[in-house]
Amino acid sequence: MQLTQRAKPVDRQPMTWLESIYLWNILKGMGITLRHLFMKKATIQYPEQQRTFSKVFRGLHVLNRDQDGRENCTACGLCAVACPAEAITMEAAERQPGEEHLYREEKYAAKYEINMLRCIFCGLCEEACPKDAIYLSQTFAPANYARKGFIYAKDELLIPHPVNERDAYLQALDDRKPQHSTLHTN
Amino acid sequence: MNMYVIAMDSWYIIEKLILIGALIGLSFFIAMYTTLAERKIAGWMQDRMGPNRAGPFGIFQPLADGGKLFFKEEITPTSSNRFLFLLGPALAMIVALITSTVIPWGASFTLNNHTVALQVADVDMGILIVFGIVSVGVYGIMIGGWASNNKFSLIAAIRGASQMVSYELPMGLALIAVLFMTGSLNMSAMVEHQMQNGWNVLYQPLGFLIFFVCALAECNRTPFDLPEAENELNFGYHQEYSSMKLGFYLFAEYINMFVSSAVMATLFFGGYDIPFFNEATWDGSPVVLSLLTFAAMMAKVSFFLFVFIWIRWTIPRFRYDQLMNLGWKKLIPLALINMLISAAVMLFLNK
Repeated sequence: MQLTQRAKPVDRQPMTWLESIYLWNILKGMGITLRHLFMKKATIQYPEQQRTFSKVFRGLHVLNRDQDGRENCTACGLCAVACPAEAITMEAAERQPGEEHLYREEKYAAKYEINMLRCIFCGLCEEACPKDAIYLSQTFAPANYARKGFIYAKDELLIPHPVNERDAYLQALDDRKPQHSTLHTN
Repeated sequence: MNMYVIAMDSWYIIEKLILIGALIGLSFFIAMYTTLAERKIAGWMQDRMGPNRAGPFGIFQPLADGGKLFFKEEITPTSSNRFLFLLGPALAMIVALITSTVIPWGASFTLNNHTVALQVADVDMGILIVFGIVSVGVYGIMIGGWASNNKFSLIAAIRGASQMVSYELPMGLALIAVLFMTGSLNMSAMVEHQMQNGWNVLYQPLGFLIFFVCALAECNRTPFDLPEAENELNFGYHQEYSSMKLGFYLFAEYINMFVSSAVMATLFFGGYDIPFFNEATWDGSPVVLSLLTFAAMMAKVSFFLFVFIWIRWTIPRFRYDQLMNLGWKKLIPLALINMLISAAVMLFLNK
């Protein structure tokens, strides 16, 4: 049975005298390495140059706000149920009178935590959410010295306020969009 | 009269001391930057960048590497022979540094009626001294491997010793053909001869090739780096070494490369001769001419160092039987034939 078209029978002929001093083949090899000396390098110089992620990259979670800056999340818990890694925990609370500018609906998440060490970035929470409150961005969790640093609380997950922190909000939206150039330099 | 002799002598001694200091400094400097060149060229040949974080283009990388070696913990295995354990790297280093004394590094110049030669010792049997000292270099490996009291190190040391002894033979035979032509063992006389009659490599291409292959083997460079074959012998004869003792072994290898490049340049590529230029017609300052010839020498040495590195990152290591077959069954007969033909031609031309 032949598995590939590239199989080559082994040549077991004894070397000729010229082959046995290796010189010609060594020179051929040196030609190849010399050519590689001048080739374009595959390296991306990381902190200065960064490779952009693909359009479907799933990175860190972001909790969304509507255009007035109110939190979308109603603490329904569908994301936590959908999560196969059980990375999401939340506690619900009722919106008090006078808090209408903070939360879009009567119920909101008082506590919302995602353990980034458990998370497998599958995006099922994003699919499960009926309120368009959680989505995965184009950034990934940076390194940390302690395990508890990877448990992201609500203040770290929330998108910046679209009115009060306009620039940061636009930047966050930009992170969400896939970048089109293959490489961008800072 | 007595005073005059003493004054003369002290000036002579000072001059030689400066030369020796400069030569040791140069050897260390070149060895340092050969390590950087090695890593850079290795990177480029593998489509990488090589080290480029320490300073612009990574030029401080050798300093960082050296500093790291100095600050590492120094371990002497309890079952090792302490004196020999220390002697091994010291010997490797000393031997590597001594060899450069007899090589002429540039044309001599006259300043205030005093001739300064860019050569520490102009000995009549210069090339034999190089060979003699290089063969002592085996002891650096042998003693180090023995003193480590480790079977891998010992095997590596024995391999290294037998390899160096085997490859000294064709090297010497290739050299004899050169000596037929120059008629002198004196290295500056060899350079003079090549300046008048053209470079030896034009008349002895096969001899040069054999000499070059043997030089690779003598320096324990790939494809002949069997003494430190990582996949078979862990790290070879310097496996038990750490800190700057290891650094000395590694550094001695690079200094050996530098010196053998210089020897090859002197023997086959006209030494400090500037190609396509007759030094006798120079009418500028003799000091400038000396510097120019020194630059020519360094250019040739750099080229050889590049070829050394180039070969290392092209060819895998030989198997031990391949190594011995190549040395004894291929190179020695070739060198003998080369010698006989050279002798016959010299006789025929009645030189």
